[in-house]
Amino acid sequence: MQSKRQRMAVEKRVRFKSWWLPWALIAPQMAIILVFFFWPAAQALYYSVQQQDAFGTNVVFVGLQNFRALWADESYLASFKTTAVFSVLVAALGLTSSLLLAVMADRAIKASALYKTLLIWPYAVAPAVAGVLWLFMFAPSIGVVSYALRAAGLDWNHLLNGTHAMILIVLAAVWKQISYNFLFFLAGLQSIPKSLIEAAAIDGAGPWRRFWTVQFPLLTPTTFFLLVINIIYVFIDTFAIIDAATSGGPGKETAILVYKVFFDGFKALDLGGSAAQSVVLMVILVGLTVVQFRYVEKRVHY
Amino acid sequence: MAAITLRNVEKTYAPGTKAAVKVIHGVNAEIASGEFVVIVGPSGCGKSTLLRMVAGLEEITGGEIDIGGRVVNQLEPSERDIAMVFQNYALYPHMSVYDNMAYGLKIKKVAKAEIDTRVAKAAKILELSPLLDRKPRQLSGGQRQRVAMGRAIVRQPAVFLFDEPLSNLDAKLRAQTRLEIQKLHGELGITSLFVTHDQVEAMTLGQRLMVMNGGRIEQIGTPEDVYGKPATIFVAGFIGSPPMNLLKGEADGSRFTVGGQTLELPQSAPRGGTLILGARPEHVEIDPAGAWPLKVDVLEMLGAERLVYGHIGGAAFTLRIDGMLAPPKAGETIRLRVAPERVHWFDAQSGVRV
Amino acid sequence: MIENRPAATVLSHLTLILGVLIVMFPVYIAFIASTQTADQIVQNVPMSLLPGDNIVQSYKLSLLGGVTETGSRLPAAGPMLFVSLVTALTIAIGKIAISLLSAFAVVYFRFPFRGLVFWMIFVTLMLPVEVRIFPTYKVVSDLGMLNTYAGLTIPLIASATATFLFRQFFLTVPDELVEAARIDGAGPMRFFKDVLLPLSSTSIAALFVIQFIYGWNQYLWPLLMTTDENMYPVVMGIKRMISGGDAATEWNAVMATAMLAMIPPALVVILMQKWFVKGLVDSEK
Repeated sequence: MQSKRQRMAVEKRVRFKSWWLPWALIAPQMAIILVFFFWPAAQALYYSVQQQDAFGTNVVFVGLQNFRALWADESYLASFKTTAVFSVLVAALGLTSSLLLAVMADRAIKASALYKTLLIWPYAVAPAVAGVLWLFMFAPSIGVVSYALRAAGLDWNHLLNGTHAMILIVLAAVWKQISYNFLFFLAGLQSIPKSLIEAAAIDGAGPWRRFWTVQFPLLTPTTFFLLVINIIYVFIDTFAIIDAATSGGPGKETAILVYKVFFDGFKALDLGGSAAQSVVLMVILVGLTVVQFRYVEKRVHY
Repeated sequence: MAAITLRNVEKTYAPGTKAAVKVIHGVNAEIASGEFVVIVGPSGCGKSTLLRMVAGLEEITGGEIDIGGRVVNQLEPSERDIAMVFQNYALYPHMSVYDNMAYGLKIKKVAKAEIDTRVAKAAKILELSPLLDRKPRQLSGGQRQRVAMGRAIVRQPAVFLFDEPLSNLDAKLRAQTRLEIQKLHGELGITSLFVTHDQVEAMTLGQRLMVMNGGRIEQIGTPEDVYGKPATIFVAGFIGSPPMNLLKGEADGSRFTVGGQTLELPQSAPRGGTLILGARPEHVEIDPAGAWPLKVDVLEMLGAERLVYGHIGGAAFTLRIDGMLAPPKAGETIRLRVAPERVHWFDAQSGVRV
Repeated sequence: MIENRPAATVLSHLTLILGVLIVMFPVYIAFIASTQTADQIVQNVPMSLLPGDNIVQSYKLSLLGGVTETGSRLPAAGPMLFVSLVTALTIAIGKIAISLLSAFAVVYFRFPFRGLVFWMIFVTLMLPVEVRIFPTYKVVSDLGMLNTYAGLTIPLIASATATFLFRQFFLTVPDELVEAARIDGAGPMRFFKDVLLPLSSTSIAALFVIQFIYGWNQYLWPLLMTTDENMYPVVMGIKRMISGGDAATEWNAVMATAMLAMIPPALVVILMQKWFVKGLVDSEK
């Protein structure tokens, strides 16, 4: 009698009968998401194809003009580039360092619980606070790290040097994400059957080779998943880090896309342009999430 | 204690749509109050579906089900005065054994003192008293099954429903629990419907058996009826192990032709034409003067008995002999004899007993 | 551990210890800074790496605010911490509550448009508030919810992470439990309360940690919709404290505030670590 019972994957066989109860149960959530999600999202779409006139009184339908304007706008494209560079750096540095720590923790079985506790709490630190902390350490005149760098011959000043600014936010962002990546990598490593690793050892593979031929390939789903998560993190959650550490500067050199949305919309009050930027971000994020769910759902069995 | 009546009970999945599938076809049965009836059949024959319809966990799309004189089609499971024991026990993992058994009574707002008494009594019968504070994950499979039964007993229902409760237990535990269930029925005498795919369980537990196949009842009868007078070739082949030998051939008076081989019958066939002859392996004997020639293929020694596999005229045939007897050799042809009253006849088209 | 390679084990521990040190370093610096005076930080470059003796003053200044030596007004962190706490708890509890109900409805009932409802909830996973920030601001403003706790929290409850995760979990609860409950006479809400909720306790704990931290760490949204200083959460307020430039900033108070801002979420994570890790990793799969 196996087949019927295995089918409980996506649909429950058993149901309660009530015509009104389910509606009452979903009402709170539906109310909130209609008012605070769908309505604003629809508005963003609406305004992205509108242009306010100079006085802010009339809105005119302008089709895709706002989007074309974006593509022609140098600062927008620069922001795109900045975001891309930022995400690649954060993802690469963040994933490799977390993976290294996870591999080490996986081996040091005895104290791994302690290391876990010590390494996961940065997850709790607010991005804004992380930005402030790293800003403090790297503050050109008084920071401890910037002092050490100057002593080593590097004239650190992220207020003037765009590259320094980028390095600063990358470090702060990576620092914050280490815990999350570490947890997943560790879980991924621990779910690899020990028998596979033992078989490799019997075949004569040393730890380095075992890692590259057995563990790393089996970690691919986790790695891919974390890659997508990290990119989404970079696009969205790093706003606070940047605002706290560099305010998008110097100039606009660390203004990633979401920062620009905020700046242009709030400070420069360009409704149509900012809505268009929001829509672009939405499309990118939806794309990333779809990719993630498609890929993850494919390999999940209930 | 209540009688159960099934009147033309039918079940169709996705009724009224293009994907409609009828899985239960017009089942009729009367189960007397206090009777222990086993519904037995192969996987997918619809026996669990039928049981769940009696329980109220599946919609009844045709016909009526009566429990204790009431039509229960529209009633919720908790209103039908039934209790069910599941194959996977279905114990609430976060509640203690006591709470698991008391849950249904709590919902019915039974007084705490009364709950205590009933749980204590059931626990005593099932030897669960020292385990009342444990959680299900701290119990063995057999203990969990007993808790599931305790939960059913405590409700003091009119009907017990068992959905393959022994399938998840190992062989030894299964035999033990079978005896416990028999004992329980002897003590409590509650009307019981027991579903299983195992014909041994069916034969040993049931006062009557309902043999099902493809959503239909093939036969309802006592174990003796079902074994000695199977109503169809399905029942004939399903009950009894090793299964009854079934030979298809042409009958003509006292002669039966199977694949070129003509057999002398101990009595005339009920009619002429194409028929299926049935004879159980345990009812056939080796007799040098016997009328049936068997070419021996393989032998299996089981200890108290030996199984002889062979062919009669191209058709496979098995017989059972005493383990201590000197066995025939593979490749040999031996002669068999069967008593006239041990021969069964079935219509070749319908499979029904003639 | 397969072969016994002491060198490799030592290396592992060294790497991990190094990792922990790097991870702890910024916080250590912050703590040290919070124990010194603003002058000491700015004048002694580099700042001493040992604790100073100004700890009480720093924290007092941070919590209560006041006027600094340079004459600028320092907002009090005390009220901001309170705002953060209320916000985080409201978001965590609110989100978990409505998500449990929605997931329960979607999994255990059949009703018209169920598919559509599920899709609508699913879609909200994809767009965090930052992406639809201005229209959301406008809606909140139109509803008169600026500078209110409701405005700070309700729009952030809109995403369906929790609903989705609870749904995944409910799908793994065996069908027979529902059937046994039905036979026992438990109606849907009774089943929800007596059986489903206790079984979900790990998921609820994990989600509580995640949502509490999410709520506590909110920056952009409060930045946009609060203009009243009394409604600033602490992670937002802290940024405003450093806008004066390196020398003018009251660094010791800033760092003290940073320490205070880090403590509640860290406590939540560490205390509920077991459930949190399990729930986080299991639920994303």
